[in-house]
Amino acid sequence: MRKASPLAHRSRPHHVWARFRRHKMAYLGLWFLLLVTILTLLGPMIWTLDPTTLDIAAKHQGPSLRHPMGTDQLGRDLFAAMMIGGRTSLMVGFMAMFLSLVLGTCVGMIAAVFKPLDGPLMRLTDLFLALPMLPLLLVVIMLWRDSLRTAFGPESGVFILVVCVISITSWMQTARIVRGEVLALKEREFILAAISLGAGPRHLIWQHILPNVLSPIFVSATLGFASAILTESALSFLGLGFPSDFPTWGRLLFDGTNYMTLTPARVIWPGLALSLTVLSVNYIGDGLRDAMDPRADTQ
Amino acid sequence: MFNYTLRRLIFAVPVLVLISFVIFVLIDFAPNDPTGNLPLTIPAEVREKIRLGLGLDEPTHIRYLLWCKQFFINEPLNVFEQLTGWSVGDPDRLRLRSWSTHSPVVDLIAERLPQTLWVVGLSYILGICIAIPIGVMSAYRQFGWFDQIGTFIAMVGFSVPTFFTGVLMVVVFSVQLDWLPSIYDTTHEITGWSSFAFQIKQMIMPVCVLALYNAAQISRYMRASMVDNLSQDYVRTARAKGVGERRVVMVHVLRNALIPVVTVIAMGVPQVFGGAIITEQVFRVNGLGQLLISGIQSADIPLVQTLTFLFAVLIVLFNLIADLLYGLLDPRIRYA
Repeated sequence: MRKASPLAHRSRPHHVWARFRRHKMAYLGLWFLLLVTILTLLGPMIWTLDPTTLDIAAKHQGPSLRHPMGTDQLGRDLFAAMMIGGRTSLMVGFMAMFLSLVLGTCVGMIAAVFKPLDGPLMRLTDLFLALPMLPLLLVVIMLWRDSLRTAFGPESGVFILVVCVISITSWMQTARIVRGEVLALKEREFILAAISLGAGPRHLIWQHILPNVLSPIFVSATLGFASAILTESALSFLGLGFPSDFPTWGRLLFDGTNYMTLTPARVIWPGLALSLTVLSVNYIGDGLRDAMDPRADTQ
Repeated sequence: MFNYTLRRLIFAVPVLVLISFVIFVLIDFAPNDPTGNLPLTIPAEVREKIRLGLGLDEPTHIRYLLWCKQFFINEPLNVFEQLTGWSVGDPDRLRLRSWSTHSPVVDLIAERLPQTLWVVGLSYILGICIAIPIGVMSAYRQFGWFDQIGTFIAMVGFSVPTFFTGVLMVVVFSVQLDWLPSIYDTTHEITGWSSFAFQIKQMIMPVCVLALYNAAQISRYMRASMVDNLSQDYVRTARAKGVGERRVVMVHVLRNALIPVVTVIAMGVPQVFGGAIITEQVFRVNGLGQLLISGIQSADIPLVQTLTFLFAVLIVLFNLIADLLYGLLDPRIRYA
């Protein structure tokens, strides 16, 4: 590596960050994701137009100063709906990614550390990988939606259902990666040293193993985030995710398809937001993988 | 090899039975009433009779075994009878019937399968045909301008969901330019050149959308595999003994690089069928995906159960095919 000398004295996070910045698209993606997050979180406070207010007189409008992205068939402002919808989309992606990461890491860690459980847990992972996910997601959501809605209210009911269902069906890759990494780590000398110094399994996992498998977990987190957002929007697009009055980008796109001859902007804005967000998350994952790869130093 | 195949096939049976049980229980334990979609004016006792008629009063394990009997014994026997014209046993054996249309589920699936196969199959083949040359060229000039563009397009290809590319294409080519039909007409029959041209026209968009998505994935694998192989010693040996560059890349490297890609392609087939659910919805192709969606919406449990299980069969089957292909193509791998 050419610039090794100024970096060599810095700590590892600094080091990774410096390398991450050199991946231009990943760096750009990070800024875009930050921008989208800020817009969806703080935007509705500045753009105070309520996305649920009906204004039939102003229906099917093109872009204007009052409605920068136009309005829908009931005269609701699309820009406001995009920001609120984006908040839900990102939230679903984040929560589902987090849950599936925790689940996957636990399964992978337990399988690798406790030998007797390795076989059963990996067979379980294989079974989950052989299940047809999209059909099952659709079936489960269809069958559970109404009862969860009555139990938790129309909005949080769907939210909980979608997040749980996505995370339960997407932990397998993380589990496999973590198991592989931990199995390789277990053979290393420093683990042997820790064991001979009398470290218990809990200390071993938290102090020695987990910090060393963090980088693959981070990378699979970004991929999980992107695919969770995509899955949620696909469900909403098929009419089985979020309802129209609590839309996400996928639902906005789905609702827009009925009017695409009249106002094509209604499908383009949500689709563009969705695609660019997923694209930047995927690039961030790419950049992280490159930046965290220890082999990059020795080249 | 034969023993290995046999062993894997035998091992696949309990896996599939387990999966079918998991799917059944998942659908069965859901807090949902299959008569819930019927009009509210139906009195409670009639509703109860409908439930009895659907066989819902039986306990779960009885209904699961009944489904197994219908799916694994009755339906294959039926297909066998239709193919050979022989009659085996009782001709009025119980068939797996859809709750909403009352026709046998297998007939419904057979009706929808050709549309899906055409669109999905063609798009997968097209995707492979695009992906392999792109992968080879990007790997050969790694980090060159072609590779940069290829990487970018592949990244866009698997980041942009097919329902957005599909809708976008409809907006551009159907709504704005009015070149292609936006709705896939499955009743269309090819009778002559003009109707053939129409068939091509209506297939362009769904096939392209899926092909782009597939090509994005496969070209990445192809590139990675080529890059791995190009730096191997046998490539240097081939060049050193004076083999032409074209032959080195197209014969020596490509053949070796294709081994992992072929297995990836085989394993991707079930996913493509799954992805077609969305594309079919965008272009209104009434294939298997559409059948599944309408079955889910009308709570048609036998249909949904059977279709979901068939998707699982596809996954297990193509995983097996991928493993066997790997053994066939790579002489270093020997299955004992």
